[in-house]
Amino acid sequence: MTDIPNTFNLDGERIHFEPGETILQAALKAGHFIPHLCANPEFTPHGSCKLCLVVVNNRSGSACVMKALPGLEVQSDTPDLNHRRRTLLQMLFVEGNHFCPGCEKSGNCKLQALAYDLEMFNDHFTHFFQPREVDASHPDFFLDRNRCINCELCVRASREVDGKNVFGIAGRSLEAHIVVNSPTGLLGDSTFAKTDRAAEVCPVGALLPKEVGFRKPIGARLYDSAPISQTPTAVKEEV
Amino acid sequence: MNMRPPMKKLKVATASLSGCLGCHMSLLDIDERLLELVKLVEFDRSPITDIKSCGPCDIALIEGAVCNSENVHVLRELRRNCKMLVAVGACAVTGGLPAQRNRFDVGEILERCYCEMPGTQSKVPDDPELPLLLDKVYPLNEIVRVDYFIPGCPPSGDALWKYLTDLISGRMPRLDYQSFRFD
Ligand code: SF4
Ligand code: SF4
Ligand code: FES
Repeated sequence: MTDIPNTFNLDGERIHFEPGETILQAALKAGHFIPHLCANPEFTPHGSCKLCLVVVNNRSGSACVMKALPGLEVQSDTPDLNHRRRTLLQMLFVEGNHFCPGCEKSGNCKLQALAYDLEMFNDHFTHFFQPREVDASHPDFFLDRNRCINCELCVRASREVDGKNVFGIAGRSLEAHIVVNSPTGLLGDSTFAKTDRAAEVCPVGALLPKEVGFRKPIGARLYDSAPISQTPTAVKEEV
Repeated sequence: MNMRPPMKKLKVATASLSGCLGCHMSLLDIDERLLELVKLVEFDRSPITDIKSCGPCDIALIEGAVCNSENVHVLRELRRNCKMLVAVGACAVTGGLPAQRNRFDVGEILERCYCEMPGTQSKVPDDPELPLLLDKVYPLNEIVRVDYFIPGCPPSGDALWKYLTDLISGRMPRLDYQSFRFD
């Protein structure tokens, strides 16, 4: 029996993978960016944001959950897929309350960075302007649910790495929101600490450190000068 | 950028609805290119000309969100009269910072500002001259059809110049990565 090489094709380029890796993991390791928001190779895949949408052997799927297999034909950077990704981003923007000009995460935010990279000129859909609660009870962190995209990265980090189970999602549809595991439901009364892995994973400005603010000015931030797809730290899963 | 002046000057109207006039400041920030711009276009209604209502125009540049009945009136007038309507800046494109009031009831906000704050007159102003506030703050495209959007708070002078010159010369407007910003 001849050995089948562990490679697949991504937008015409040959990508090597280790058995067991997902398409997204292998692509990022090889320096090929596939847009993603809820994925972080460190944690169990979640498959919820669908930004990593790819076409694999003519079927759509999520690159963060699909395992790489020898000989797969994967398309990612196509006008059609990028159009669909832009629509997904627009839905995320109108579902939350994203006031980028006043957000401390601006310039370091993955949701915004993907919107820049995919040239999302507007939010297209009617805004919900759904009121969401802000929790400022913790001495070191804010939890601003207005900007939360329910990616569950904090949920997974707290459960899988910190062993604390501080976060969860409750409610459905527009009512879905992060809940905190503490007697009062407040972050300040939970076991959450600024040294937790969960404190570093939020891709947006929802779980945000206090007393940092605009120490690094707008304009000098991670995605201010180069698109996320060409930012090497993004490929290595920056936080 | 060297551009051949078009046969006939395009007419441009600009307006600030509920915005901070920052986008207009950015327009002034194109500096000496303003001289080039006025060779290509003629300004109709605009805070720059101080003309208050507009005639038929080619391009409308509108900053600010829609917060009150006067904003709706101005926006509809511009839509009726202009071939291309451009939402300029975060407030016009998404509602922006004024839309942060949308989580509160407008009646409660007025009570709080005019009756409950120290030093207020205990009366919400009701002069018939004052435009009524809308229940919520809306981006332009939730009130009228919008043809083009320039994000940014404010978009830089360079971004406006690039976008405008693209529009004027009939190209599909694009912004380079560093001019494409939400903040
Ligand atoms: S979290 Fe990101 S997209 Fe949302 S307001 Fe902040 S910078 Fe903008
Ligand atoms: S707080 Fe941040 S990490 Fe947690 S679910 Fe919301 S967006 Fe994701
Ligand atoms: S990154 Fe794959 S679904 Fe979110």
